[in-house]
Amino acid sequence: MSDIQANNQSKVSVPVTPEDPTTFAYKESFGNSGLIITNIDNLFNWSRLSSLFPMTFGIACCAIEFMSTGTAPYDMDRLGMVPRATPRQSDVMIVAGTVTFKMADRIRRLYEQMAEPRYVISMGSCSNCGGPYWQHGYHVVKGVDRIIPVDIYVPGCPPRPEALIGGIIKLHEKISSESLLKADS
Amino acid sequence: MQPADFLRIISVTDAGAAVVSNSTPPAITVSVNKLVEICRGLHANAETYFDQLSCVTGIDNGVEAKTMEVIYHLYSIPYNFSVALKVVLPREQPVVPTLSSVWKSANWLERETFDMYGIIFEGHPDLRRILMPADWEGYPLRKDYSEQEKYREIQVKY
Repeated sequence: MSDIQANNQSKVSVPVTPEDPTTFAYKESFGNSGLIITNIDNLFNWSRLSSLFPMTFGIACCAIEFMSTGTAPYDMDRLGMVPRATPRQSDVMIVAGTVTFKMADRIRRLYEQMAEPRYVISMGSCSNCGGPYWQHGYHVVKGVDRIIPVDIYVPGCPPRPEALIGGIIKLHEKISSESLLKADS
Repeated sequence: MQPADFLRIISVTDAGAAVVSNSTPPAITVSVNKLVEICRGLHANAETYFDQLSCVTGIDNGVEAKTMEVIYHLYSIPYNFSVALKVVLPREQPVVPTLSSVWKSANWLERETFDMYGIIFEGHPDLRRILMPADWEGYPLRKDYSEQEKYREIQVKY
């Protein structure tokens, strides 16, 4: 036992603070043996947040910034995000644009077709609260959260790709604090 | 060529026709019952050859004026000139014959005008809403329009 501990202290080079919920905090590793001990919450959360597939779906000018987030300068792929062409394979729906009443039923239906766990990022003013259509937009739903639950709101009109990536990082933080034992989280 | 010449060229007499002053493109107000005949002439005549219907739009002049208008923007690609035709309709019964037999583009343009103003295009092959949902109530660009309370359980007005 004392040998293992001594070995452990000398071989592990990256310091990990187990209190930090945002990192994949493995508790102990044993030298070169390739063995990691962790708990199932950490493992599940880490795997979920590391491959959040968004749905290929955009409904207004915010979608241009969403597309831009996928390009080489911003490189959404480095976050493990590859747009999928079907809600069945998607983990996160990025509502990028103005939600009209005609679109509302379609969005609700797409959301219901996604497998759980599923997340929603509301991107831009229109989808957050109706934005410039607040007063005279008879055709606009005043916020996508009136039809589906939203996890992260990204402000902006439209938000820059940096802001969307900030929202994705926030979603990572939210996912990493989830637990199988706590149904609400 | 002046807009007043068009009717003479296609030899249609319309007692209600009048040239609208200070309009760009030049515009003629025509009678509703002569509209199809005039358009067919402007489309077919070799001297005018208005082969494109660029835009159909409506105007609601309000509850006091009791009129609505439909404006057709015609463009002749070979001659490079345009003209607008205008018809005035009673507001309580805005009915105008369709032009979809003359220009194919009239089909969707007239559907849009119907969707926004509730103007009925008589003889239209497929007069449905095109922008708003099929079960929407009212015509949004009318002066006296007010939103419905709810659309499919979602609150509309705040």
